[in-house]
Amino acid sequence: MTLARHLGLAVLAALVIVLASIKLGSYRDYQLAGVAAYLAAVAGLTVLIGLSGQISLGHGAFMAIGAYAAALLLLHLHWPLEIVFAASVVITAAGGAIVGVAGARLRGPYLAGATLMLAVALPSVADKYPGVFGGDQGLNISITTPAFLGATFPPTRWLLWLTSAATLIALVLLANLARSRVGRSWRAVRDDEVAAALAGLNVARLKILAFVVSAAAAGLGGALLAVVTTSVSPGAFTLALSIGLLTAAVIGGLGSLAGALWGSLVFVFVPTYLTDVASSHGLSSAASSSIPIAAYGVVLIVVMLVFPAGVQGGVRRLLGPVTPAQGPPFSALRRHRPATEHQEEGTR
Amino acid sequence: MQEFVQFTLGGVSVGMIYAAIALSLVLIWRGTRILNYSQGGMAMFSAYVALIVINHTGNYWLGFAAALASGLVLGAALERVVVRPVANKPALNAVIVTIGLLILIEGVAGILYGGQFRSFPPAFSITGIKIGSFALGVSWNDVFIAVAVLAAALVLAAVFRYTAVGLRMRATAFSPSVARLLGVRIGRVLTLGWALAGLFGALAGVLVSPSTFLYPNSMDSIFVLGFTAAVIGGLESPAGAIAGGVILGVLLNYVGGYLGSDLVLLFGLVILVLVLMVRPSGLFSTTATRQV
Repeated sequence: MTLARHLGLAVLAALVIVLASIKLGSYRDYQLAGVAAYLAAVAGLTVLIGLSGQISLGHGAFMAIGAYAAALLLLHLHWPLEIVFAASVVITAAGGAIVGVAGARLRGPYLAGATLMLAVALPSVADKYPGVFGGDQGLNISITTPAFLGATFPPTRWLLWLTSAATLIALVLLANLARSRVGRSWRAVRDDEVAAALAGLNVARLKILAFVVSAAAAGLGGALLAVVTTSVSPGAFTLALSIGLLTAAVIGGLGSLAGALWGSLVFVFVPTYLTDVASSHGLSSAASSSIPIAAYGVVLIVVMLVFPAGVQGGVRRLLGPVTPAQGPPFSALRRHRPATEHQEEGTR
Repeated sequence: MQEFVQFTLGGVSVGMIYAAIALSLVLIWRGTRILNYSQGGMAMFSAYVALIVINHTGNYWLGFAAALASGLVLGAALERVVVRPVANKPALNAVIVTIGLLILIEGVAGILYGGQFRSFPPAFSITGIKIGSFALGVSWNDVFIAVAVLAAALVLAAVFRYTAVGLRMRATAFSPSVARLLGVRIGRVLTLGWALAGLFGALAGVLVSPSTFLYPNSMDSIFVLGFTAAVIGGLESPAGAIAGGVILGVLLNYVGGYLGSDLVLLFGLVILVLVLMVRPSGLFSTTATRQV
């Protein structure tokens, strides 16, 4: 039943995208293909934070792994695209498993710090091995539109179809997983680890699984982004990307896949808009490119202070009891060590 | 042999910068159980303040003082305006808000000062000191870095130990509710903690900028290494933060010297993960257990 609904929604979305791609110009198609790529990563992040209660400030690093894996496979092995995507997902999932094993033992601020460091440190690998990863310049790849679509088929439309199909598949899988036994177990672990363990759940394994799933989605996003932008370079996977993904997840409402869509749309369209407005008001290009960065900061702070359930939380409230809210994603994420517990620790 | 001495001494100097960042994190963590991810951004911003004052007046020490003052003000202001409202919310909210602060400060710096790398003057000569023909591999400026951070830390320790304000701060870190019952104005103490953290961050920013250049992201890698140093020290103890900074600085200077500077951050990550896995309460903590 749930599966049928998710599949139905995906087919509906696919139809809308096909119609829109024909109606819209090639630049809009290109931007929407970017949305689809980021959406895969944001969806993975929102599942990780909102459902399993673990934070990652380094999801840009997972996107980088997926993107470089895809680029290297395309350049050296010339595999077909769908196999390349699948392989990138598997490789990134393995990376997620490593981080997850370390992360399963860490809580909130520590995990955030470790993943932050991952995001800052990983791009230096590309500089260390320029022979493999192309150094600062990165790698360039090219994608050809398949022959059966005809020679005149706009390449950006093909890109949009490709990325949307991959992301829709990922979203259906994530949505089913969130509704399944695994998703319920994640929520139990998020709400109270001790209670979850007493109920017979393997807390560590569930937390690692969440990281694997989330990294896999981010890896797919990275591989899609590599194909859309036809290049992979360290400059594309900065800390700003990781925090941008977090911003997108927070805007949409943590834990909500529909929210991830709103967040990704904002993530792709608003910075371009802000930069354009700023340059048209005579700001230098360096200054206007910083405006979206500052805007991420304002959004993160304001959303967390004022409406932590994000856009999708607002939508749920508007729709009222028709779609019962699953509870605010944060109410249960209690501070694990309340400030009043210091005394106990000091006297030990 | 000479190389080893050079790497060790240079590592101590760099490590004191990590120690200053680590101290600023510890100051906030002890009082509020919040890890301030915006510390690097605050330090970077104070360094810009210093640079502007130096360029206008031509006097390094005026800029130095301006940076410390701006760090104090920025820390206090951020605590009052942005951090106070999330203090009693879930831990994740505070993480996201301070990350938001980091990127906001970096964005504002980019808008105000542009993204280009700016050179930052050192306080003292940066030519290496020699004893006879033996080059120590450090300069008087490196000595100044170590002395400045150490002096600031000693002043902080004296304030903690011998003044009424320090006693209130220790009481608040020990048990906020009991301190409040005994008449400590917790809010003011927390604001003061953030202000002092801002000061130590500014110190680190001014000291490190001659060797890294100054740009909106210039403190990102320094911050994550400072965080690593704080974790090595156990996040609770100021002395542990200093020791953690020096240990990390020396280790990473060996890595950078013998294996290549590209690997420094990756090794930092490895050290961080190892410490968190093997001894999550830090190498120097006295408490028996701790949930990480």
